[in-house]
Amino acid sequence: MTTVAVLDYGMGNLHSVAKALEHVGASKVIITHDPALVRAADRVVFPGVGAMRDCMAGMKAVGVDAEVREAASQKPVLAICVGMQALMEHSEENGGVDCLAMFNGKVKFFGNDLVENGQRLKVPHMGWNEVNHTINHALWRDIPQNSRFYFVHSFYVDVADSQLIAGRSHYGLDFTTAISHDNLFAVQFHPEKSQKMGLQLLKNFVEWRV
Amino acid sequence: MTLAKRIIPCLDVDKGRVVKGVQFLDIRDAGDPVEVAKRYDQQGADEITFLDITASHEGRDTTLKTVERMASEVFVPLTVGGGIRKLEDIRNLLNAGADKVSINSAAVYDPDFVRAAADRFGSQCIVVAIDAKRIAPNKWDIFTHGGRKDTGIDAVEWAIKMAEYGAGEILLTSMDADGTKNGYDLGVVRAVSDAVNVPVIASGGVGNLQHLADGILQGRADAVLAASIFHFGEYTVPQAKAFLREQGIVMREI
Repeated sequence: MTTVAVLDYGMGNLHSVAKALEHVGASKVIITHDPALVRAADRVVFPGVGAMRDCMAGMKAVGVDAEVREAASQKPVLAICVGMQALMEHSEENGGVDCLAMFNGKVKFFGNDLVENGQRLKVPHMGWNEVNHTINHALWRDIPQNSRFYFVHSFYVDVADSQLIAGRSHYGLDFTTAISHDNLFAVQFHPEKSQKMGLQLLKNFVEWRV
Repeated sequence: MTLAKRIIPCLDVDKGRVVKGVQFLDIRDAGDPVEVAKRYDQQGADEITFLDITASHEGRDTTLKTVERMASEVFVPLTVGGGIRKLEDIRNLLNAGADKVSINSAAVYDPDFVRAAADRFGSQCIVVAIDAKRIAPNKWDIFTHGGRKDTGIDAVEWAIKMAEYGAGEILLTSMDADGTKNGYDLGVVRAVSDAVNVPVIASGGVGNLQHLADGILQGRADAVLAASIFHFGEYTVPQAKAFLREQGIVMREI
């Protein structure tokens, strides 16, 4: 019996994360910000969609910020997209937003003049890109090196401590697309939208023994 | 490492069934949307677009239920469009499992709606759909009412404005090409793709696989959308990907 709490702070589409977790074998998935339910869950997913200012405000309004910190010290936590970005100190989005500062690092804008081989690159970075595993990790199990995952974001994480990096991708520049620290794993892409490889990662998370 | 170009099968859905008309006539039934979407997911479609062409209010509830079922079984990005007018419509669709919503006429009537939507839900989930029709050589206007009404708005300028207002992607349909199977209107695809810094999806007119390649190589689209060539089994998504790969286009393997 594996209970996964998907943290709900009024942002984005939690339905697809929950459905994907159920699909890969989580016996119970609850979408909640109730501290008692989050505490009782075996593992926690910290999703994030939308703009950082609203995400941070939403988290603080219902206490999800404290729940992420507490869960990260105790049980498997998977942060997704803006959830990963929120773990940093500060984001350039919305004119500058202070984040949870669980790790040293900044969230930066790709910029409007991103170029590759003389060709301008569109922002948001939207679509399927390769992820290079920089470490071996339980969450990469049965996922071939450089498999493609679905991304949609205009900001990327620049983490200060390279020991945290678990995966990297390239879009005009090299950037971190997965970080790992003890029982926490965070990804910039959307595993719940990344078909087979994404479902494999979620399965690995549900089965992860820290 | 390069971002792959995307192939997006499009489902036009009326009262809970996939339909596809030729220039809005001769509508043929192409099945249950969830079954069709599952088939494309298994084939390796990179995304699925669901256009609700039901006008009625009851139709909206059917759409939400269908989206909900689809999102439980299909794990690729799902864009839903058709009749979106209020922030609440967007909220309902996202809650039902849509990843992006496509706004069309509401953007024309009230451009600030796009700004409000992007501000509330984030640009990443706001697609602005543009129906463009050629009015002179190298000049296209935005048309509404299924291509009948010229708004007098220039399509390229409109795309630039919509990106500024927060659209994260442009879904560009040529009303001249739509349903003809003669290929995209590459002129407008190229003009819009070059003008905006957000991804552009080419739509309307695909009749064979070369048309998909042309949309990317000549139109410089980031993604190519097609409906009938996939619905009626003329081509599969893997065939399309193999063809595009042969032309040097980066595609996701499944």
